[in-house]
Amino acid sequence: MTPPAAGHALEWDEPSPDFEGPSRTEPRGLSGSPAVDVVLGLQARINSMQAGKLDSRRLPTVPALARILPGGGLQSGGSYAVRNSTTLAMALLAGPSATGAWCSVIGIPDFSIEAAQGFGINLERLILVPDPGSQWLTVTAALVDVVSIVLTRAPEHLAPTEGARLKARLRQRGAALITLGPWQQSDSTLGVAESAWEGLGSGTGHLRTRRMKITATQPSGRLRHAYVGLADLQGTTPDGHVLPDALTPQVAAGTDALFEPQLVRSS
Amino acid sequence: MTATLSPVPAGTAPATRIMTFWCPDWPITAALREHSLPTDTALALVDRGEVFACSPTARQDGVKRGLRIREAQARSTGLVSLPYDPSLDERTFEPVIAAVETIMPGVQVIRPGLCAIRVKGPSRYYGSEAKAAEVVFQTLAAIGLTDVRIGIADGPFAAEQAAKATDQLDVDVEQLVVIPEGGSAWFLGSYPLEVLEQPKLTVLLKRLGIRSLGDFAALQASDVRNRFGIEGALAHRQASGLDHRTVVARKPPPHLDTVADFEPPLARIDQLAFAFRTRAGEFVDALREAGLVCTALHVSLHTESGEVSERRWQHPRWFDADDVVDRVRWQLQGTNASDHGLTSGITRVQIVPDIVENLSDHADGLWGTGPDEGIHHGLARVQSMLGHGAVLTAIIAGGRLLADRRVFIPWGDAAVNPQQSAKTPVKDRDQPWPGRLPGPVPATVFAEPVPAVVVDSRGNPVDVDLRGLLSADPAFFSAGPDGGRRPVHSWAGPWPINERWWDPKGRVLNRFQLVDQSGSAWLLLLEDHAWWVEASYD
Repeated sequence: MTPPAAGHALEWDEPSPDFEGPSRTEPRGLSGSPAVDVVLGLQARINSMQAGKLDSRRLPTVPALARILPGGGLQSGGSYAVRNSTTLAMALLAGPSATGAWCSVIGIPDFSIEAAQGFGINLERLILVPDPGSQWLTVTAALVDVVSIVLTRAPEHLAPTEGARLKARLRQRGAALITLGPWQQSDSTLGVAESAWEGLGSGTGHLRTRRMKITATQPSGRLRHAYVGLADLQGTTPDGHVLPDALTPQVAAGTDALFEPQLVRSS
Repeated sequence: MTATLSPVPAGTAPATRIMTFWCPDWPITAALREHSLPTDTALALVDRGEVFACSPTARQDGVKRGLRIREAQARSTGLVSLPYDPSLDERTFEPVIAAVETIMPGVQVIRPGLCAIRVKGPSRYYGSEAKAAEVVFQTLAAIGLTDVRIGIADGPFAAEQAAKATDQLDVDVEQLVVIPEGGSAWFLGSYPLEVLEQPKLTVLLKRLGIRSLGDFAALQASDVRNRFGIEGALAHRQASGLDHRTVVARKPPPHLDTVADFEPPLARIDQLAFAFRTRAGEFVDALREAGLVCTALHVSLHTESGEVSERRWQHPRWFDADDVVDRVRWQLQGTNASDHGLTSGITRVQIVPDIVENLSDHADGLWGTGPDEGIHHGLARVQSMLGHGAVLTAIIAGGRLLADRRVFIPWGDAAVNPQQSAKTPVKDRDQPWPGRLPGPVPATVFAEPVPAVVVDSRGNPVDVDLRGLLSADPAFFSAGPDGGRRPVHSWAGPWPINERWWDPKGRVLNRFQLVDQSGSAWLLLLEDHAWWVEASYD
């Protein structure tokens, strides 16, 4: 029987070349003087601005999102937070998955695999762990070892040291982490700031296309935004048969007769 | 006990003396043993709607091979019918062969229930052919087989007919027929041509006026060969008691299965996993020594109270010792709904390899087998932490509701699991599925539908009547227990979904799309006056 969690967590205590814990950066016995405060402040700023690795590899990314991400796309070893949109997270997964990378979705039982396929995510290389329970960290770390990109829901309580270790592990393995919800160590926080749907009236039509304003906030506070449509996010997929009528309204006009709501209103 | 038939002496070339032992109705015996039925059960084994074999009790009622199952049930009212399983015959015959191999080597299995042995060695060792046969009777009686027939003759064909001839003798206690050396041609002479099992030749010979093997054997061998070719010549030799075939002894297969008995019984899973670990290692090592790897196995767990839990486990690569222990553990934990936990201590664990493959087919390439090996190890580790069903891959199936359209498959299982397909068949997504959702697919499909409230501008709940009429336009909605009240910006619906209206378990739903003021879109269901959020386009 494999001892599950304990033996595994021990591996994390290996010193990582990339990660310098906060205790090491702080010279002991000197705190208090104004000069030290300035030095510490500057050091914190340098840490927040410098990239995790100088030569970090870039993962393939949907062009619409690559423009607003730091470094021009998803970086291997990077971590990204997505505030409020599973669609956006799927679009981020789609780029690496379409080029054959293994993806993993942890702790998101509501993840729609049908939509994922519509984004061009290869379902044969998509691993789902809907309920990691209390072993979120161990499971995530184990999967970071083997897959290229991990999408997960950020846990509510995670000690900063554990987050830092996970980040170090990401850098070692060259995987990328995408969290739904805030994540302290994220290289960029993405979110849908504005969203507008087309195709739906008051009691008529159906949802067809969506325009979104997507913002990406870097830890330094720098903010970029882009206006994209749903079709732009699905740009990597040549496979259009899943969503035949979403992208091409003229095709939709023919097929939609079946779906047109037979609506009779009493008001 | 022995019926020695008087021979026609003939000075012929020395023939190979063969002993054939035959267990009549072996499929029936196997099925009775497997299902622990009493021996006088009226049992019929059914293959493609027809009776394949039946027990003596059923035969007395007039059931016979080839009968339609309805007809057989009409003739024998208490008939138990089971599907015919050829692999069961082979599996249950294996101990019989093993028992005979302990007393005389070189057994050839002609088919389950019928074996041939060269009798020269055993007859010298035990004193005579009849004494050798007596030893076989005793050995098989010791494992519970009493109805065994033995025929000894020159060549396998004559020996088989001799074993079957025990039935045709008037004295029903005769279980052994010995045809003395050189007497096979005489013995076979009176048999009809059908026993050759060559229908075309039989028909032709009958038209020529030849009715029995004796008539056939009386023809000149060279004439037969000229007229009927090589097949005819071989049949002629068989009919003349000069069988061209000889016994090819089987090589006893290595024992690959493993059994561990626990005394006293073990009640805790970790105890069991620890105790079984060594045995699992031996199991994998034995396979490796045989140059094999196991990709599917059966685990059966026996408890003190007599319960048996059996399950087949597959592996995406092959089982190593840890994997085997994990499967035993998962089976006890009952990770799938189809399993159930056992109530008393475990007395016995049995592992039987189901599919073994050649090790060389699974060897690593010179530069490794790529990333998939790493993937598999990582996922196996997560599975051993969380259980077999916690690591999933998914396929898209057919269905009207979004939750029906995804099917999760535990990592390592085949894409369409036979057990699963029997319970919830994977529906074909290419069917039209009227009522399915048009437009983009929502990114979040709630595994459990979230309750929602939808009201009109006056605050009254919105509902749809039996004719599909909406009571009022939705103006506000709230999703989830703590969801705030959101104004509806635009909406569409109701789109009726009528699932299996002929079935009491079918569902009648109405689907709505709503977009709130902030621009997020929702998919709501109205079923039986209650609102649910099916999915969210977040």
